[in-house]
Amino acid sequence: MWVLGSVGFSAPLVLAGLLVLPVLWWLLRAVPPAPVRRLFPGVALLIGLEDADSESDRTPWWLLLIRLAALAAMIVGFAGPVLNPEPPDPAADDLPLLIYVEDSWAAAPDWGQRMDAIGAALEQAGRAGRRVALVRASAPGRPRFQAAGNIAGTLAGISPVAWDIDLVPSLTALDELGRAQILWLSDGLARTGRAALLELFEAAGPVRVLEPPAARLALRPARFADGVVDITVLRSRAAAGARDLVVLGHGPGPQGAERELARLPLAFEGDALTASATLSLPPELRNRLTRFAIEGQASAGAVSLTDDSLRRRRVGLIGPAGLREGLELLSPLYYLNRALEPTAELIGGDIAEMIQAGADVIVLADVAAIAPATEESLREWIAKGGLLLRFAGPHLAARDKGRGLDDPLLPVRLRAGGRVVGGAMSWGAPRGLAPFPATSPFYGLAVPEEVTVSAQVLAEPDPELADLTIAALADGTPLVTRRKLGAGEVVLFHVTANAEWSNLPLSGLFVSMLERLAVSTRPERPAPEDLVGTRWAPVSVLDGFGSLHPAGALAPVPGEALAGPAGPALPPGLYTNEARRLAVNVIGADTALAAADWPARVTPQWGETTPARNLSGWLWLAALALLGIDIIAALWLTGRMPHRSGRGGRGATAALVIGALVLLAAAGTPGALRAQAGGQGEAPDDTLSEALITAAGQVTLAHILTGNAEVDQVAQAGLVGLSDELFRRTSVEPATPMGIDPETDELSVYPLIYWPIAADQKMPSPQAYRRLNAYLRAGGMLLIDTRDAQVAGFGAARTPEAQRLRVLAAPLDIPPLEPVPKDHVLTRAFYLLTDFPGRFDRGQVWVEAAPPDAEQAPGMPFRNLNDGVTPVVIGGNDWASAWAVTRDGSYMLPVGRGRAGERQREMAYRFGINLVMHVLTGNYKSDQVHVPALLERLSQ
Amino acid sequence: MTPEPVFRGKTKAAAGDGLEPRAARLAGNLPPLLARAWRLADAVALGEQGRRAPGQGDAFWQYRQARAGDPARAIDWRRSARSDQHFVQEKEWQQAQTVTFWPDMAASMRFASRADLPEKAERAALIALALAVLLVRGGERVGLPDLPAGRGQVQLSRMARALDRTLAAPDPSADYGMAEAAPVPRHGRAVFLSDFLGDIAATRKAVLRLADRGVFGALVMVLDPVEEDFPYQGRTIFQSIGGTLSHETRRAGDLRQRYLEKLAARKAALEGLARASGWSFSEHHTNEPATGALLWLYHGMGARA
Repeated sequence: MWVLGSVGFSAPLVLAGLLVLPVLWWLLRAVPPAPVRRLFPGVALLIGLEDADSESDRTPWWLLLIRLAALAAMIVGFAGPVLNPEPPDPAADDLPLLIYVEDSWAAAPDWGQRMDAIGAALEQAGRAGRRVALVRASAPGRPRFQAAGNIAGTLAGISPVAWDIDLVPSLTALDELGRAQILWLSDGLARTGRAALLELFEAAGPVRVLEPPAARLALRPARFADGVVDITVLRSRAAAGARDLVVLGHGPGPQGAERELARLPLAFEGDALTASATLSLPPELRNRLTRFAIEGQASAGAVSLTDDSLRRRRVGLIGPAGLREGLELLSPLYYLNRALEPTAELIGGDIAEMIQAGADVIVLADVAAIAPATEESLREWIAKGGLLLRFAGPHLAARDKGRGLDDPLLPVRLRAGGRVVGGAMSWGAPRGLAPFPATSPFYGLAVPEEVTVSAQVLAEPDPELADLTIAALADGTPLVTRRKLGAGEVVLFHVTANAEWSNLPLSGLFVSMLERLAVSTRPERPAPEDLVGTRWAPVSVLDGFGSLHPAGALAPVPGEALAGPAGPALPPGLYTNEARRLAVNVIGADTALAAADWPARVTPQWGETTPARNLSGWLWLAALALLGIDIIAALWLTGRMPHRSGRGGRGATAALVIGALVLLAAAGTPGALRAQAGGQGEAPDDTLSEALITAAGQVTLAHILTGNAEVDQVAQAGLVGLSDELFRRTSVEPATPMGIDPETDELSVYPLIYWPIAADQKMPSPQAYRRLNAYLRAGGMLLIDTRDAQVAGFGAARTPEAQRLRVLAAPLDIPPLEPVPKDHVLTRAFYLLTDFPGRFDRGQVWVEAAPPDAEQAPGMPFRNLNDGVTPVVIGGNDWASAWAVTRDGSYMLPVGRGRAGERQREMAYRFGINLVMHVLTGNYKSDQVHVPALLERLSQ
Repeated sequence: MTPEPVFRGKTKAAAGDGLEPRAARLAGNLPPLLARAWRLADAVALGEQGRRAPGQGDAFWQYRQARAGDPARAIDWRRSARSDQHFVQEKEWQQAQTVTFWPDMAASMRFASRADLPEKAERAALIALALAVLLVRGGERVGLPDLPAGRGQVQLSRMARALDRTLAAPDPSADYGMAEAAPVPRHGRAVFLSDFLGDIAATRKAVLRLADRGVFGALVMVLDPVEEDFPYQGRTIFQSIGGTLSHETRRAGDLRQRYLEKLAARKAALEGLARASGWSFSEHHTNEPATGALLWLYHGMGARA
């Protein structure tokens, strides 16, 4: 590598080729371009004509320059130029390179940059022919030095681990390291052994540390307390200025798909390394949360999985019927209430209501009689995963029903009567509890000595009984039995839920048992002793980037291990034991982050050097472009460029096209395109236009420009024709009609706006609709014409125009409409009309509906209708086409056939005149004054 | 460049004696050049028929009563049988002129600058033959330097075949054609169609000798557009078609002005020659339709007839 300024050359000897250029200059100048041979009969006349000068027999200098530049670009390109090459380190030049990667979760957010840095180092080492070894801090081993290309091939398979790493094992793995240059990619967190490792590395050779300056962020497990969720975010160092974050809560949505359920903004204050906020969520939403994550941070530390500690189970408590009041301590539900209140959501009501309310657990304390219908729904609920927890009591012991028979809502068959031990009439002392068997969900819970049972209900002996028992007395009598029923289960405590039959409900064991049965959940992470004897199967695990993956065939872990930190044996993720779920997160509730502390002699670098860039390709492209120019120039110079389409011009044209393509590829075309696009869209002039002043001064009809040139032209011609007829027949003398754009033009000066609907019309902007609505409210009229009456009655068929009309008219303030009634003022505003043909005469025409209370005027064929002008007239008769006249006054389009057609056109004009009259005079013709005269006309 | 006969493919395919091959052979006898000349002549000759007077000729003019001295074989018996008198057919008066054509077929005429343009020789032959068709319709005698003058369709066929032959087999011996005076009969007419780019002295000699013999005629200079335009640039070696002449230049563009001057001088010389000898002179370019030159020639010939 030979460096010149910011450009280095990997093969600098090739640059010697530049010395040839002057020789080439001389050679090229000496040899003129080859002549063209042409057959030309007129040569006889040319004989004797001498050339004026002899200058052009040499290649012109600029052509030479192009060729030499092309050649120079090639030579430099082959010399392997590299922009911003890695600065050479003379001390490390011949040493092998050791790349030490701290691949903990904290390295995940900028993992791509780390890989790029490693890739660049490998490329450089490959260029220098040095051997390289890569050691991962998560799995340190003896460094194996090999060719850089081999390591580069394995780079894609390296990803960060999801747990914290320990640097101490690396010390032993690397203790026999010889001389080597070290590239250390630190994850930026303080770790034990870092200083020792640095000493070890510095003994081996020069050390370069790469560490991102940005703080590492992590999320502590969410805590649920006092009805709100506490979220705490950690950072490794205080960055300048408060840093705002957003913590997202994810969980299944109502459809089951994973989605964002909560969003919590957070900010670090000052130099604080932690930031907290509380999130208040309805229980339904909170129970669905599966994880929290810091937005934009792809690392396992920035994700916190939630487990049962956030969940509150819905528990329905039902006691025996006919409870006596006042004896609260004797109530079967009192101790249950006390045990469950802090950790569960208690719901009331009867069984049906509880099932309706989505109860997770229903506790029946000494309830013997269940209505058959309720029993059926209860069984269905259990089969879907409900937990029915029953306690014995006098009622259950005394019941007759199903004695000796299978009761599906009891795990075992009960013997009549039950038994009393330790009482006055009994033979022994109250019994203690036996230790829980390994198959029991209570396995591992300590059995207090003082817990005794003095009375219980007894199960019928049964071959299955031993399997169903999950807790027993010291003499082996079943105390708690359980039976699976579909996806749910039924659990029976053979004692009462109060202290009447045993003092179990008074003990802490009772609470633990309820928790193990997932009746209640505990807010804190379980202590190791609580987890003794349980095995937890991973359901899903996190990778280093914080993505959740199915656990697959990972082995279950013992409960004791769950208390420890996450690691290779305990990947962070979600673990289940029976119905309980426990999340293992990298960050514990008391984890704190600290930034790595480097001695002053080590300065971590990060992204300060611009990446090396190979320039060869660009130079070759430049050479190609120059050669393309040279082809064109040489053709032009030798007269082989086609002046007209002559013989032999095709080759030159092809060369021209190729040259142009090369130039196009070389030049950045997007810039040119942007420049072209930027020239459009001038701001409309907001001074009053001449046309607007004219329109305001005289009656001016207008039509909306649809963007369809043909439709707009017909609309304009139609309004011209109508204006001419108005001028001729009435005292209305309109000015030249205008085409207007509702986006920009002032609408209020036009009394009538004709709107032909084109199927390809663009939707006006919301602003245009505001203007149109203001126009309609201020008394304007829109004549909307779908121009499709020939194919269908208006509105009935789905013509493209009718469909477009529905879309276009939806944002308009249009009142209720009705087909034009026989007595509408439109039928007599100027002419007496019965229908309103345009170019087509079948279409229905709709106007604003008359008020429902309009009454028939006495003695008149008209109703007394309200004042005002209908704001819209909607039809499909293509009136403009019937009105349209050409510049010389002839009709633009044919209407109908023969005399009937003429009549129809006349009627179309009459409709137009009536419409304009209606707009200008309102319901003047509804006045009673004219009725006798009109009646007279009508009777003829 | 001979246009393909319509049925050529069929004759090759089927050499048997069926109706189709025979028809193809028959049609093959009609020289394609003649067919095109007819079309061209028809475009020009609308309304230009006959002398509108009784006289010697092929076409019927009127019946008249037989008079003493009329030979008996002159009597039209079919007409006479309808009445008691004898009738004789009178023919339209026609006076025969002998027109000799010299379409230059030398190598310099076998040139076309673009694929869509005809060669100069082809255009010259077409104009000559079309004029011949018109003249034969008027009863004139037409001929080529190496084909004695004659009249009627047979002569036209002969002419067409001779011209086709020459066009099909170019003669590379001469780079530039030389007009000759010898084959033109006295008091005849002569039409020279050439680019006149060769030695002008030969043309001058021929024209003056013909004028001496009482022959009037026309000189038509047939040129390709590039010969008028000289659109060349750069270093070029110009070669004559026959290859006998060549000229190298380093900047063809510089020569243009001087070439055009020399061409104008050549045209002026030809025009002067024509004026001096009572001939007429015209130019024709192969990118123009042949009709213009043909009309000019036809009217020129008709005016002198």
